[in-house]
Amino acid sequence: MRAVRILNRSIRDSFKSVFRNLSLSTASIACTTITLILVAISLFLSYNVREVTNTLEHELTIVVYLKKEVTKEEKNKIESDLKTMPNVDSYKIKTKDEWKAEMKKESDTLEITLEYLEENPLLDSVIVTVKDVKDLKVTAEKIRQYDFVSSAEYGEGMVENIIGIFDAVSIGTFGIVIALVLVTAFLISNTIKLTIFSRKTQIEIKRLVGASNTAIKLPFIFEGFILGILGSIIPIIISIYGYTVLYNQTGGYVFTKIITLVRPFPFVFIVSGFLVLVGSCVGMLGSWRAVRKYLKI
Amino acid sequence: MKLIKVEHAYKIYKNGTTAVADLSVSIDKGEFVFVIGSTGSGKSTFIKMLYREEKPTKGNVIVGGINVAKLRNSKVYKLRRKLGVVFQDFKLLPKLNVYENVAFALETLGLPNEEIRPKVIKAIESVGLKEKMRSLPSELSGGEQQRVAIARAIVNEPRLLICDEPTGNLDPETSKEIMKILDKINKESETTIIMATHDKELVNRMKKRVLVIENGVLVSDTKKGSYKVHESSKDSK
Ligand SMILES: Nc1ncnc2c1ncn2[C@@H]1O[C@H](COP(=O)(O)OP(=O)(O)OP(=O)(O)O)[C@@H](O)[C@H]1O
Ligand SMILES: [Mg+2]
Repeated sequence: MRAVRILNRSIRDSFKSVFRNLSLSTASIACTTITLILVAISLFLSYNVREVTNTLEHELTIVVYLKKEVTKEEKNKIESDLKTMPNVDSYKIKTKDEWKAEMKKESDTLEITLEYLEENPLLDSVIVTVKDVKDLKVTAEKIRQYDFVSSAEYGEGMVENIIGIFDAVSIGTFGIVIALVLVTAFLISNTIKLTIFSRKTQIEIKRLVGASNTAIKLPFIFEGFILGILGSIIPIIISIYGYTVLYNQTGGYVFTKIITLVRPFPFVFIVSGFLVLVGSCVGMLGSWRAVRKYLKI
Repeated sequence: MKLIKVEHAYKIYKNGTTAVADLSVSIDKGEFVFVIGSTGSGKSTFIKMLYREEKPTKGNVIVGGINVAKLRNSKVYKLRRKLGVVFQDFKLLPKLNVYENVAFALETLGLPNEEIRPKVIKAIESVGLKEKMRSLPSELSGGEQQRVAIARAIVNEPRLLICDEPTGNLDPETSKEIMKILDKINKESETTIIMATHDKELVNRMKKRVLVIENGVLVSDTKKGSYKVHESSKDSK
């Protein structure tokens, strides 16, 4: 009970102090807000990139065109070879007639052209689905080795570029976030330092009348905690509304159908929880530093 | 019963100053003891060791069963809860009124409000400030401010009240009032009082036990002593 009352009074003290040093508190809160907005962005980015990679891994295929003069034996050979290739998940034969049918459906011009030609100019093909998208290039190269293979195509470069860009952006934001976290912790620590200085007599009296060291430190730790929590309010609102709006506006797709966004619920709530956690930790990190450095008892 | 037992205590500050040397003294429960000596003689240092503001460099300082010399920093609060301290400069919180200043001590310790109220009112009454309960320290005279500080020091009913020159900033008339209050606290609740002072007249009038410290050494310890003992011991040197 005694501990609960001390806790209560400490929290009350911390709130008073946040509002008493309003300008400094506001600066700390603003800095926390900016940091957490970036944390949110990097979370949304990195999580969606992971999703994209997953999608690609499932959907990415190599289209292998076989030369016109390919023999029945050669077709059998490539089928049996594909079965033994470690990175090949599955494959499907798509004959030139199937291609023709598909193309005819796609446009009228094509239909007329294809009908005009006596012989089907298209090639037989095998559509290969891979297990690991990172080894896509190697697998395609291997398939190209066959004499009877005309070409083996995949979204060459494009896929790797997208993933590469996302990776770079993720790493970049992560670096900025770390730097901002440190700056924020420092700013909060500075705010708490001033509180400690302005409460010198109070601390002295507390110590004199027999408050434990923990009881003396508690209000300052809470102050950092409160600053962190207050700083996470705006980022949370932005995350919940911003992401939901983005998702609804784009229909969940960015650029092409390859990149689908993660559904907003419960994703935004998980992100919000994480933001509160980061905010309060940054706040307490700052106050812990100030207490260690400036509260000599 | 001995409330305080000091055995061959030394205090040597980091800069090499020996402020207290080989000091031994025992003080009973309920005693009123003056600590006198010229400026820089080590009175405050001696007193600070009693409430563990300074740790003895050597020897034992036992207060209410706690050996201060061996008390870890994180456990100091256990000692502090057994005693009250009053200073020359009151140390009141300027934004809190009289009631709040006294209540602050108990709030800090986590007492429930319904327990705090009667205790605070009792302490304020015992220093005769009931009428000024809602005044801020800036609205009080020096003597009244010191009475608030005394009320705060005794609100938790400590067995020991330590005063370092409590009348140092006050005129003779006000000092007399403060001494009356301290005397009353000592007699009514058997609170042991240890008080460092420079005030000759005050010591002579009170006729209490007097410890004389010179250059950190306890040079005399007399029952119902007076400042004269101090003077003569100095002359004989
Ligand atoms: N923190 C400290 N560090 C170093 N030396 C100190 C410290 N505090 C006190 N001293 C020295 O110790 C000696 C005793 O000081 P102390 O304050 O105990 O004297 P005092 O009897 O209370 O004096 P006064 O009557 O002026 O209050 C003095 O020489 C003083 O300079
Ligand atoms: Mg002194």
